[in-house]
Amino acid sequence: MDPAQFFAASRLVIVAGKGGVGKTTVTAALARAAACSGLRTLVVEVEGAGGLASLFGRAPLSYDEVELFAGTGEGAATVRGRTITPDEALLEYLRDHGLSRVTKRLLTSGALDVVATAAPGIRDILVLGKVKQLERSGTADLVLLDAPAAGHAITFLLAARALLDAVRVGPIQSQARDVLELLTDPTRCQVVLVTLPEETPVNELVDTAFHLEDRVGVSLGPVVVNGLYRHLPGLGVDPQAAAAASAATLRPGEGDTLAAAAAFRLDRIDLQTMQLGRLGERLPLAQLHLPFLFEGDLGPPELEVLTGAVLDAIAALQPARP
Amino acid sequence: MTMTGMTAGLNPVFDSGAEVVVCTGSGGVGKTTTAAAIALEGARRGRRAVVVTIDPAKRLADALGLTGLPNRPARIDGAWPGELWAMMLDTKATFDDLVVAQAADAAQAERILANRFYRNISGALSGTQEYMATEKLYDLHQDRAFDLVVVDTPPSRRALDFLDAPGRLSRFLDHRLYRFLMAPARGALKAVNVAAQAFLRTVSKVVGGEVVDDALSFFAAFQGMEDGFRARAEMVAELLSGHSTAFVLVASPRRDTVAEARFFAERLARSGIAVQALVVNRVHPRFDAGLAEASRERARTFAGTDLGHLYENLADFALVAARETEHVAGLARQVAPAPVVLVPLLRRDIHDLDGLAEVARHLFAET
Repeated sequence: MDPAQFFAASRLVIVAGKGGVGKTTVTAALARAAACSGLRTLVVEVEGAGGLASLFGRAPLSYDEVELFAGTGEGAATVRGRTITPDEALLEYLRDHGLSRVTKRLLTSGALDVVATAAPGIRDILVLGKVKQLERSGTADLVLLDAPAAGHAITFLLAARALLDAVRVGPIQSQARDVLELLTDPTRCQVVLVTLPEETPVNELVDTAFHLEDRVGVSLGPVVVNGLYRHLPGLGVDPQAAAAASAATLRPGEGDTLAAAAAFRLDRIDLQTMQLGRLGERLPLAQLHLPFLFEGDLGPPELEVLTGAVLDAIAALQPARP
Repeated sequence: MTMTGMTAGLNPVFDSGAEVVVCTGSGGVGKTTTAAAIALEGARRGRRAVVVTIDPAKRLADALGLTGLPNRPARIDGAWPGELWAMMLDTKATFDDLVVAQAADAAQAERILANRFYRNISGALSGTQEYMATEKLYDLHQDRAFDLVVVDTPPSRRALDFLDAPGRLSRFLDHRLYRFLMAPARGALKAVNVAAQAFLRTVSKVVGGEVVDDALSFFAAFQGMEDGFRARAEMVAELLSGHSTAFVLVASPRRDTVAEARFFAERLARSGIAVQALVVNRVHPRFDAGLAEASRERARTFAGTDLGHLYENLADFALVAARETEHVAGLARQVAPAPVVLVPLLRRDIHDLDGLAEVARHLFAET
């Protein structure tokens, strides 16, 4: 499938997954891949710890949009990034609605806390409302939202529905209605779920996928499986035999070390193949596979590698999903 | 292959006589499994241990019998001298119990339980979960049926709210806004003062009047319970910062989770709490740690052959091992002199007692 066509499926893509699966890394790699395909991409962080910007070799993001990737290279566009926090989104919202007089008092008096308690999800709707505005403004071809971790992603996306029950009048209510409209329109919004090729993360991803479809009504894009050990040929060969074939000699004990390391990788590859199969059986969605990076320290060079892997995986997808 | 032998494991936590063990750290690092394995070890040492978990993976929950009674410990049978109990925290039920216990009479409790604002707070709203986890922990610690309480914290950066939780309600009750709204009225909603009325009208414009009414009725219903709640919160805070509570920091050896763990450690330090032990899960095996460059060199020499691939594989694992060691060393320095326990990347996910026993063996250096 052509990556440009892939990323043009919906202007908003929400990346979700439980903690520790590399959701932020995947968001960054998707953003870079989209930019390489010529889409002006905006990355939005909602509860990050600054990890996303460091993948681009930049300082942590703030509420003001900054450039993360200059889009050098043929046909490449830029990646820009920003955060959205409920407090800042509320300030902006009140300003835009001619209520700036009460703004300061609302924040300093702690009224937002009380209101947020009275109508849970109000913080989430402020954030999603701002995301909707960005999606509508058209200043970016693709908006990638790094969603909150774990089960909070579901409540975050359910906020619009919950608020429609709790708040029956006023601008917040219409905001919730607009957000729900965005989330449930597959031509405008898709959710990409991220997981690891291990049993518990796979189980939780499947549960989350069904919750999101049934309860939020959001459309799901492909699943990203992160951290796959790349296969290497020759790992099943006895090191002594391999050495003999290359006319090399091994130091004492070296054969055992090589064999133990090879057995470990083969075993992990077996386990991950099994989990990929389980995931495919239980969830009929396309899978994008990203490699485990032994370097561990992720920065711009590693992001480059993952971007290439994303583009290759997309190219290998069958076109025209229903 | 493992490096668990490098310390006495988590034994010092038990030897220090801790009655409460709090496992904290970011999401996806194995906090629940670690907490359950510590409780299991407690039972094996003759303790009457109870583990409180917040969001266990389903198969582990099944194995621990957590799918039965909500919010009450269930006993797990096994061949150990002590007792092992487990429960899954039900935030709302815990809050309800607290309200009933603190209310002046049944009518006041009922008014609060029926209020929509209260129902929203007592659900899975962020902050409340942490608060109720400490509340339940305190409750179980008071219960003479148990002499070891192990808990894990919610899986997010907000897990840090756990430390703040007892004080939060106190602060809320002292809050200017609360006094501003309630002081002139003292329970009679209609008499909310004029300034407050104007303010509330603006808030109502944004979110609708019902929301504001719900909040006001909640505050009205809550009157008179502040002191009881505050006293209780102070006792909980005392327990958490006292000698009978041990904090175990759980991490995995990746850069991002180590960074999160350092954030947690700093946060604990700010609250005057020392990390009693550091557990690092999912550690890759060390095959031949010192030879990463040599292996890479050999892989290049024999590129394209089976031997070349075997060396490339070895170099890959040497590289990841070196990075992990570096990350963990920084974290270990920060929490020194707390012992560091490394648990290897296990072949399978933990979802039964045998699996927990395996984790416990690593945690308590029995390998």
